[in-house]
Amino acid sequence: MPCVTADGKPTVSAKQILEALRATALTPEQLSEATHLPLFRIRSSLREIVQVGWVSENQGRYQATQEGIDRSA
Amino acid sequence: MSDTSAVVGLPRLGEKAPSFEAPSTAGVLRLEDFKGGWLLLFSHPADFTPVCTTEFIAFSEIYDELRKRNVALLGLSVDSVSSHIAWIRNIEEKTGTKIPFPILADLDKKVASAYGMIHPGQSKTETVRCVFVIDPDAVVRAMIYYPLNVGRNMKEILRLIDGLQTADRHKVATPANWNPGDAVVVPAPTTVEDAEARMKAGYDCKDWYFCKKKL
Repeated sequence: MPCVTADGKPTVSAKQILEALRATALTPEQLSEATHLPLFRIRSSLREIVQVGWVSENQGRYQATQEGIDRSA
Repeated sequence: MSDTSAVVGLPRLGEKAPSFEAPSTAGVLRLEDFKGGWLLLFSHPADFTPVCTTEFIAFSEIYDELRKRNVALLGLSVDSVSSHIAWIRNIEEKTGTKIPFPILADLDKKVASAYGMIHPGQSKTETVRCVFVIDPDAVVRAMIYYPLNVGRNMKEILRLIDGLQTADRHKVATPANWNPGDAVVVPAPTTVEDAEARMKAGYDCKDWYFCKKKL
C-alpha cells in the first residue's frame, strides 16, 4: 500500500498527513495546502489511511486517531 | 458475412468523463480524486519504447505550466505498476528527467476500454496516444487521438488548455491558430435585435456574425 510500508509504518507522505492532522481536523483542501501535496494525492491517501484506522473522518474533516499519532511518532 | 469487430465506446465532448479506479505509481486513484481542478489524462502505448519516452520527457517539461493552470497530469498504459516504476527510474537515470506525475497501470484495460483508447487497426493490445482534457466538473472538454508512430505536440496541448480556460473565463470562443494575447471571437448573436446591435458594439466585425475583440 502506498501509505503503509512493508513493516506497517507510515510512508513519508503519510507521516506528513498524520502530522498535519495531529492537532486539528482538516478538509482535504486544507490538508493539501498544509502539506503541499496535490489534492488528488491527499484524497487517495486519506482513503487508505482511514481504512487502516490512522485517521477518522467526520463531516468531511479528517483527524489523526491515537493510533495514527502513535504511528507517526 | 457478419461484422464481428468489437464496438468501442468513446467518451463524448460535453459529457461526464467515464469514472475509473485503477492502481498507479501513486497508489490507487479514482477520477473523483481530481475533482475541483482540470485533469489532463493521457495514454501511451507501452513503457520502454522510444516515442513514449520522448513524450514523457516532454510532458514533464510542461508539468509546471500545467500546474499554473490548475491542471493535473495523469498518464496511462496497459503496463504494470512495476514496469512503470522501472521505466521512470530508467528515464531519470538515462536522461536526468524526473517524471513528476502518476501513471495508471491499466492491466485489465478497463480504463482503456471506457475511454476508447484501444484501436485494433493500430494495435489490439496497446493504447493509442490519447489526450483527454477534463474540467473541474469532470466533463470531457477536448480529446486528441494520435497514432503509435507520431509523438504529440506539447505546445498544442497547452494552447488547447489556454483556449478552453479563456473561453470559459470570458464567455468567448477562440479562432484558428489562436494563442494567448490574440483577439478572441465574440459568440454570434442569436436574435435579430442582437445582430443589429452587434455592428455598433465596438467590436472588430467582418459581418454581424463574425466579430472579434481583444481581451
